Amino acid sequence: MPTPLVVSEVAKSFTMHLRDGIRLPVVSNVTFALSAGECAVLGGPSGIGKSSILKMLYGNYSVDAGQVLVTHDGRTVDLASADPREVLTIRRDVIGYVSQFLRTVPRVAAVDVVAEPLLSQGIEQSEARRRAEKLLDQLNLPEKLWSLPPATFSGGEQQRVNIARGFITSHPVLLLDEPTASLDAANRAVVVELIRSKKATGTALLGIFHDSDVRDEVADRIIDVSTFRATLDAA
Amino acid sequence: MSEQSLLCVGGVTKCYGDRIGCRDVSFELWPGEVLAVVGESGSGKTTLLNCISTRMMPTTGTVEYRMRDGSMRNLFEMGEAERRFLMRTDWGFVHQDPADGLRMTVSAGANVGERLMAVGDRHYGRIRQTATDWLGRVEIDEDRIDDQPRAFSGGMRQRLQIARNLVTGPRLVFMDEPTGGLDVSVQARLLDLVRGLVNDLGLAAIVVTHDLAVARLLSHHMMVMKDGQVIEHGLTDRVLDDPHEPYTQLLVSSILQV
Amino acid sequence: MKHQQDLATYNFAYLDEQTKRMIRRAILKAIAIPGYQVPFASREMPMPYGWGTGGVQVTASVLGPDDTLKVIDQGADDTTNAVSIRAFFQKVANVAVTTQTGKATIIQTRHRIPEEPLSENQVLVYQVPIPEPLRFLEPRETETRKMHALEEYGLMHVKLYEDIARNGHIATTYAYPVKVMGRYVMDPSPTPKFDNPKMHQCAALQLFGAGREKRIYAIPPYTQVVSLDFEDHPFEVQAFDEPCALCAASGVYLDEVVLDDRGGRMFVCSDTDFCEKRRESGHVGAMSGQSGETVQ
Repeated sequence: MPTPLVVSEVAKSFTMHLRDGIRLPVVSNVTFALSAGECAVLGGPSGIGKSSILKMLYGNYSVDAGQVLVTHDGRTVDLASADPREVLTIRRDVIGYVSQFLRTVPRVAAVDVVAEPLLSQGIEQSEARRRAEKLLDQLNLPEKLWSLPPATFSGGEQQRVNIARGFITSHPVLLLDEPTASLDAANRAVVVELIRSKKATGTALLGIFHDSDVRDEVADRIIDVSTFRATLDAA
Repeated sequence: MSEQSLLCVGGVTKCYGDRIGCRDVSFELWPGEVLAVVGESGSGKTTLLNCISTRMMPTTGTVEYRMRDGSMRNLFEMGEAERRFLMRTDWGFVHQDPADGLRMTVSAGANVGERLMAVGDRHYGRIRQTATDWLGRVEIDEDRIDDQPRAFSGGMRQRLQIARNLVTGPRLVFMDEPTGGLDVSVQARLLDLVRGLVNDLGLAAIVVTHDLAVARLLSHHMMVMKDGQVIEHGLTDRVLDDPHEPYTQLLVSSILQV
Repeated sequence: MKHQQDLATYNFAYLDEQTKRMIRRAILKAIAIPGYQVPFASREMPMPYGWGTGGVQVTASVLGPDDTLKVIDQGADDTTNAVSIRAFFQKVANVAVTTQTGKATIIQTRHRIPEEPLSENQVLVYQVPIPEPLRFLEPRETETRKMHALEEYGLMHVKLYEDIARNGHIATTYAYPVKVMGRYVMDPSPTPKFDNPKMHQCAALQLFGAGREKRIYAIPPYTQVVSLDFEDHPFEVQAFDEPCALCAASGVYLDEVVLDDRGGRMFVCSDTDFCEKRRESGHVGAMSGQSGETVQ
């Protein structure tokens, strides 16, 4: 089985044209690989570029240099140079992502927000809904909220919808950006359990966890982002 | 996703005398894909849309379209009869002002039914049934079927225009600022409706908008235009979250946060 | 003779020969493309627009000294428009005139086709106010021309759809659109749709002239003319409850005549010549023999 995700010499900087074009280096020479069934955690102080790395791996941020290699349709694809269409299919089939905040869509019910990734993979709506409800139930989201659009939910409720949406599929790679940030202890425990079962089914997980308890429970290893720290003349 | 592109735009340039409308625009669109074209007014968005949709002849460049039989055809080498037939069966065009896309003095039902009659449907009962179904899909009450769009609100008119365009099951829809004149809550409803229809029907769409929220909600990839040229083109969330060009950064930073 | 003295100041049939030549060419083109509206350089006529200037120019161009002219207005030979146009051609062409359908070689009409079947040696000239059947739904001339050229006639059915949606049936009763020889959709001028079937495979040549709109179109003899309709709402002509009150004819087009201000009315043939002939040959209607004033 090929390595699900290989990150090789990735560099990223931002050029702020509105601030006289100053260049802000973020990371350089980011190199690591994820194996199936492991959960790696990006470590280091805030502002060091952990979220930026996750976003590059998801194709949300562009990559200045280096490669992000995933296996899609039996071949190795460099996400860093893939065209938009390919990035979208990789997101659909290979890389899942739980963001820090849920981006709500007006008028779409929570259960449909969660079920959507399954629908896009061609799964029947009734089956997708059934699995979405099971997951929302597991995450203790009150049933009366399932049919409501999440825009008016509390932070914790929205986050649980977001987690359910990320965990519902069986993507080989799953990126987690502080999924437990706004959850109480009971729901944190549910998330830990979800991560464990993902690991058991061979998913490669990469996460950012500020909560050290959760991190200690799920992390197989810590990737220290401060070693990828970019300097102005790097990249 | 299908393995063949639906629309292939190559080097489209439109000059108005010495002035440039749009310059050297090329891209491909695949079945089921939504492309947003953003930029401030005067940046050439609408000129580009009019050229691609053959409402206007570009000065140079080609627009090729995959016909239902699978062949790729250059639209500007097609006869006018065939092109117009394509426009009213396989394409839709949603105007910013619904009055430009609707027959304002003809009932809602006939507005929706016109395309069916144009392709030869001659059964009143069937046409009316289809029109009723479509009004339902765009959330217009069935009992408004005999009212003229003059009696409709802006949001209803826009939804009616969408139904009128989609009734023949087009594969490509052009939208020029579809939420332009609507207030925010009406916009949200329309956007959600369009999003749902695009997903359900597997439509490809080109949406011209100056509203980045519209682009984020509807589109898979987006092009940013300035002074008639495409300055940035990519995955919608990448362009919005990691804009590279100075103008795109300005555009993204100008969004009002609520 | 007074007429002949007057004639000297005009060319035969009022129009000069070059104008007639131009109009005849338009007519020939119209006959060659049945139902197609041919533009022509309509002239100012000594009568206002709306009084049949198009029909008069067509008649003037096909009229010869040996022709016999009949002019009807709403089926009648004795209404103002018919009388003036007849007098006009008597004055400027000194042709024979008649009120009898069978004796006429040229019949200029406003809004009716005679009940008596026409023959091969007759020409029916229609006065047309608005020749474009698509006009009320599509105001742009450039667009309607394109629609005709590309045979895009869906809009015509939109109009019929609206009729059914509003009235439960196709309520258009005059100027009912037809398709000529399976190609051009044509406005038959404001004749009642009752007359539409008479246009189909008609033995006479039918010419249409619109003076203000500067268009001529034609239906050659023995041409297919089909009224547009829906499968589930087929074309139907008007039916009348009673026969003509004067000549007892049924299956003809009747006019309502109001007799008093207490709701009294009678229905009589709109084709006056047809009605008179029947009465002469002994047909008697329910109210014949009584004059309107004495009916109580």
